Amino acid sequence: MSPSPDIIVVGGGIVGTACAAELARRGATVTLIEAECLGSGATAAGMGHLVVMDDSEAQFALGRLSRDRWDELSDRLPADAEFENCGTLWVAADDQEMAAVRAKETFYAERELAATTLDAAALYEAEPNLRPGLAGALHVPGDSVVYAPCAARALADEATEHGATVLTGRAVTRIDGQRVLLADGTAITAGRVVNAAGDGARHLTPGLPVRPRNGQLAITDRYPGFVSHQLVELGYLKNAHSSGQDSVAFNAQPRPSGQVLLGSSRQFDVTDPAVDHAMLGRMLRRSLDYLPGLADLQIIRCWTGFRAATPDNLPLIGPHPSHEHLWLATGHEGLGVTTSLGTARLLADLMLEGEPPLDPAPFAPARFEFVGGRHA
Amino acid sequence: MIERNAQVVVIGGGPAGLAAAVAADRAGADSVLLIDANVDPGGQIWRGETRRRPDQRNATAGDTLADFGTSAVLHLGESRVVAAPAPGELLVETAEDVLVVRYGSLVIATGARERFVPFPGWTRPNVMGVGGLQAMVKGGLPIEGKRVALAGSGPLLLAVADSLQAHGARIVLVAEQAPSHKVARFGMGMLMDPGKLGQGLGYAWRLRRVPYRRGWWPARADGRHRSRGDASDAPVSRAVLTNGRGQEIIVACDYLACGFHITPSLELVELLGCATEYDTYQGQRTTVVDGMQQTSVAGIYGAGECIGVGGLECALIEGRIAGLAAAGHPAEAAPLLAERDRERNRAQALNAAFSLRPELRRLADPETVVCRCEDIPLSRLVDLSSWREAKLHTRCGMGACQGRVCGGAVEFLFDWEPRSTRPPLFPARVGTLAAPRD
Amino acid sequence: MRDPAFVTVTVNGQSLDVGRDDTVAVAVARAGLAANRRSVSGHARGPLCGMGVCMECAVTIDGRPGQSGCQIRCRQGMVIETSGEGGRD
Repeated sequence: MSPSPDIIVVGGGIVGTACAAELARRGATVTLIEAECLGSGATAAGMGHLVVMDDSEAQFALGRLSRDRWDELSDRLPADAEFENCGTLWVAADDQEMAAVRAKETFYAERELAATTLDAAALYEAEPNLRPGLAGALHVPGDSVVYAPCAARALADEATEHGATVLTGRAVTRIDGQRVLLADGTAITAGRVVNAAGDGARHLTPGLPVRPRNGQLAITDRYPGFVSHQLVELGYLKNAHSSGQDSVAFNAQPRPSGQVLLGSSRQFDVTDPAVDHAMLGRMLRRSLDYLPGLADLQIIRCWTGFRAATPDNLPLIGPHPSHEHLWLATGHEGLGVTTSLGTARLLADLMLEGEPPLDPAPFAPARFEFVGGRHA
Repeated sequence: MIERNAQVVVIGGGPAGLAAAVAADRAGADSVLLIDANVDPGGQIWRGETRRRPDQRNATAGDTLADFGTSAVLHLGESRVVAAPAPGELLVETAEDVLVVRYGSLVIATGARERFVPFPGWTRPNVMGVGGLQAMVKGGLPIEGKRVALAGSGPLLLAVADSLQAHGARIVLVAEQAPSHKVARFGMGMLMDPGKLGQGLGYAWRLRRVPYRRGWWPARADGRHRSRGDASDAPVSRAVLTNGRGQEIIVACDYLACGFHITPSLELVELLGCATEYDTYQGQRTTVVDGMQQTSVAGIYGAGECIGVGGLECALIEGRIAGLAAAGHPAEAAPLLAERDRERNRAQALNAAFSLRPELRRLADPETVVCRCEDIPLSRLVDLSSWREAKLHTRCGMGACQGRVCGGAVEFLFDWEPRSTRPPLFPARVGTLAAPRD
Repeated sequence: MRDPAFVTVTVNGQSLDVGRDDTVAVAVARAGLAANRRSVSGHARGPLCGMGVCMECAVTIDGRPGQSGCQIRCRQGMVIETSGEGGRD
């Protein structure tokens, strides 16, 4: 057995691999443990949209930091990570939403993030397959898309290059202080443990203020050029992000393969990973509402995933409030791919006594009251 | 959206499905609906039989298709089950429509498909499956005077060679990977069975001038364009066979038909939550059924190749039992059970004779494409540990065939378990999956 | 008058008479094309399974892409387009 690592990262999704790469690059001895294969949990059930959100200052700050870091990383990503700077179009259906487009543009402009309002004519020039009658869009040219499972693998490779040990196919059954117990009966001890197991984090650390949010996805066969930008309805915030109700929102992404990836839906209190036909149907009808030409295109695969959602939609990044040695990097809900790299930076600064690039307080796990808390 | 309700719904229009539908109808089911992807009933084995003159038909096919034609079964051709949105409910897509089909009981008779083992050149045009080439010929492909080599494994090789020769093809070689002694044992089994004896002797007589090599298998398929010469993806012009002892047979051919036995189509079975298990006799995963052909899900029955490769007679009798049970008359099936068991036992012996030799795992070069939809070569798969990892990290199995071709290959090559239990079962229009339901 | 045993289709603009029971994949072969599509990395491919499983015989029929040519019978006036013929030299 090799000497005990400084840090064990539990979870080989995009957040765990990003943290492992960052910590290893900065000199820590890291062991990353993944239950299945890299990027196989919520990472495989996200769209991989690298987007800066504006729903709170903290979310914006983490999003922008992260997106900048994705841009830096993009040159080092392998081709199969399919990084593509396609930009986002926030589509406005009517004048009311057009007003929201302008407000969003102002928000970004005040923070020096490039974004341009498109009128209807410019929108149709950019995306001719959108249904007639839309009002316009906000174009955010700096947003990109990535195929996250391969990006996670690339980050794990980077961690390995900096001396980290990566264990896959090894399920963690329990985090017990500085000891991590594996399903095969072995135990690994470290100075500190990072729980980055996504939705699985709450099983390993009881009492976490996260609950699973189920999302459905569908992908078409190859139809190059059908859409060219990540398309999101501006009502996304009001439809999908604001309430605790089940909801759908139009979200369509061009993959470099020519496939169209369709989202998004949001369901709480679902435990079945099977495709929910009622929800899938609702989501696809929303897609057809914006892109009627999709009707005859063929879907080749549908799947779902559970994302770890917190009450305030911000992730948990930092020390566990009551468990010494335990750190958290989870609760990223639908934005984990984007914010993984910012999360890794923030976590590493906090753990290795660096200079955090943004205020860590909004992400501090201690902002919540943890129920339970102690292991039985 | 169109709605259809039936007491008994049968999926698959091959022998098992036809037998099930007719049996359910005759047993007095109020309504029987048969859903099939093909235009005409008959499945792969009887493709084209309905379009032949009755006096030219295969006798069993003729009888079964005649029974089906005169029954009250409603036949829904060119239709595919793409999803099961709720218990007792199927979402079905046709070229133009979407149907919601509700059933009281269901018979799954989705059959089997060929297993392909990748070897250099197998992606060339005019290299086809054994059943694949036969289906193309039944679909009108002119084969007269064409040189055809067949290689792979299983009784389909000789049956197809015989059929293609009857259509005027010149069969230049039949290569069976199984060694002579195993095939001989299978042949002895046939000799003990009067029904099979005639069939076997018929092949032997009609194919007497065709080289039939046991213990040989394809090493590669070469190709060249008439005008442009050799090219990596030119149509096949010659097949190179090996016996694993450094010897080769090289034959010029216009078509190379390759199939390595057949494997049950389990997607619908698994989507509906019916149990499957690895069958050691079959050397592959099959559907679990009880003595009345009922799966682990009450009211859902399985018959024919999808519960394990068993051949025509087995499929017919299993279909009849499943149809009677699905119609609520299991007692009437009692006299059929012993015969069914005999057919199943014989099938198991057959499968053992054609088990694939381990050398076939080493046919592919690092650059040989395994996943044809996404062009994923062997070299990208060898270091991976699971089907899911291959899908997530290489796109293997993520294309339009949904892993149906490469899945069977990697199951054999790497012992991975390719399972597909998510809708859509086949590529389906966005409009179909978006169709509102009450 | 048209012989009822035949229908006329076009394959990549070439008009040809095929049997009324011929599949679209067969019509492509009768037009002299062993391959009907280019794979994602540009290789010529033709039919494999003949039963609607492998999608190798996919062609565009009357403007609708991705149709399984081996499962669809030719109809009078059908317009069939392949996405690549011959081989890459």
